[in-house]
Amino acid sequence: MVNDVCYATLKYDQPWTLDNYYREGGYEALKRVLDGPMDRGEIIDEIKKATLRGRGGAGFSTGMKWGFMPRDAPGQKYLICNSDESEPGTCKDRHLLRFNPHALVEGMIISGYAMGATVGYNYLRGEFMKEPFERIEEAVREAREAGFLGENILGSGVDFEMHNLIGAGAYICGEETGLLESIEGKRGLPRNKPPFPAQYGIYGRPATVNNTETIASVPTVMRRGADWFLEQGRPNNGGTKLFCVSGHVNSPGVFEIPLGMPFKELLGMAGGVRDGRKLKAVIPGGTSMPALPGEEMMELDMDFDSLAKAKSGLGSGGLVVMDDTTDMVEVCLRISRFYYAESCGQCTPCREGTGWMHRVIKRIYQGKGSYDDIELLEAAAGQIAGHTICAFGEASAWPVQGILRHWRHEFEHYVEHGRSMVEAAA
Amino acid sequence: MTSQRLAYTYLSDHQREAIDSWRARFPDHDQGRQSAVIQALHIAQEGNGGWLSQQMLDAVADYLELTPVRVYEVATFYSMFHLHPVGRHKVNICQNISCMLCGSDELVRHIEQHLGIGLGETTADGRITLVPEDECLAACTGAPMMLVDEHYYTDLTPEKATAILDSLE
Repeated sequence: MVNDVCYATLKYDQPWTLDNYYREGGYEALKRVLDGPMDRGEIIDEIKKATLRGRGGAGFSTGMKWGFMPRDAPGQKYLICNSDESEPGTCKDRHLLRFNPHALVEGMIISGYAMGATVGYNYLRGEFMKEPFERIEEAVREAREAGFLGENILGSGVDFEMHNLIGAGAYICGEETGLLESIEGKRGLPRNKPPFPAQYGIYGRPATVNNTETIASVPTVMRRGADWFLEQGRPNNGGTKLFCVSGHVNSPGVFEIPLGMPFKELLGMAGGVRDGRKLKAVIPGGTSMPALPGEEMMELDMDFDSLAKAKSGLGSGGLVVMDDTTDMVEVCLRISRFYYAESCGQCTPCREGTGWMHRVIKRIYQGKGSYDDIELLEAAAGQIAGHTICAFGEASAWPVQGILRHWRHEFEHYVEHGRSMVEAAA
Repeated sequence: MTSQRLAYTYLSDHQREAIDSWRARFPDHDQGRQSAVIQALHIAQEGNGGWLSQQMLDAVADYLELTPVRVYEVATFYSMFHLHPVGRHKVNICQNISCMLCGSDELVRHIEQHLGIGLGETTADGRITLVPEDECLAACTGAPMMLVDEHYYTDLTPEKATAILDSLE
């Protein structure tokens, strides 16, 4: 089914209200969990069984991540929601915050309880300070009024408080330890690991960071059961997922569909390639994931394992569709500029390497490149991935390596003729 | 106390109250106090014509009882903080991948021509600053798009965009 989990209220006129969330079974899961209350380990087992994998990009098992928290140890523990949505091509969490904020609030309370956390911070990127922030603030206010937040929730003896925060413009704060630093009021510089957030999160206390969509999926898993959720998708790829389809399509949009749906079908939902043109390339999971040729994508299914097998990834679910007028060198240049601008500068291979890649691609794009430059670009990309504190290194190198893998001839054409081989771009 | 006067000179009662309400979201210890710095800077910037002067940075440090460098390093790290005067309205035009594919470069050229300024510049009448933007603004399915003072405008054409900009005071 479509729009069954995180976007369940989208069919209503004012999808963000508490009343409309109730109409979709809202807060039923919370009531069930708190009745008793349910054993924490049992909730975590349910999430594991549902194979709910992280929706922010890494696809790590949510249940396993929750299991790292010392949930029964004394002292303050925190749940952190990563609403710092900024992976290029991704715009699902902004919709979620605006249109179904209560799914996140309910998810925060259940997830927090499961990990023994009594305080939850929801960190929104600074640019979300108007509409998304105001909607989620209102939802928190409504939930508090209804008795779902605060001390001794619904007489269960469980306490949970949720606060929304805003950042101030930095892609790197989407990296979980960069985000933790930012919550502490510092520059968003990712930390060396270990210690992991479950041991040392914020203020030296345990914390777990989950993506907005991941947490908003939790109430449905608990209400309809792990088996139901798992069956929506595929083994090891449970549930539905939000996919943002943008670029050269007739009807761009965000679609909540079962994991494992063929890309071909999803492309159809977005109205197909614009003006009936030929599909050339697709970035399947935000710009950090390598682009794949159109023909290959048409044979692939949209789940974590299928895309990993194709040497790319499902990532954040941001699909960027490109038709045959697209100059892949120009695409590579734009993506590399972004990573160059957003590197936090902490690790030399990334700080220097992203600049090298950007300058070499620019030289080729301007028709001043040589064959050696293509080799140099490849070498520079290879020197970054795996040599940095955080995954930004991979995120900056993979797209370049991916485009070189499939469209090297476009770079060579630039070197040979000083211009693009794509007619529309040349 | 001199330092006390700084916070009370440059931050209004209303601004200090707003900062206090953010502080209440964090634990009541030294580290918790530092957590409020990003929100405090947003508040200070909004009340200072959209940018942060040295005095405002010091006033925030004073009010939160932080060493000034703790505030400087945050103010210089995050791109939404402006350390030089800006126009009455900030306009960020997204040029990241999805917007680029949907014509954002043409949109930028058109807006630059219309306003007679380039990215990073402010109109002579102090009305609009075109903020250079490298980040994707997370509205890809409405590409091309722009942000005008934190309001999203999506599915733009050059004509639609200039009409929006012309309506700004």
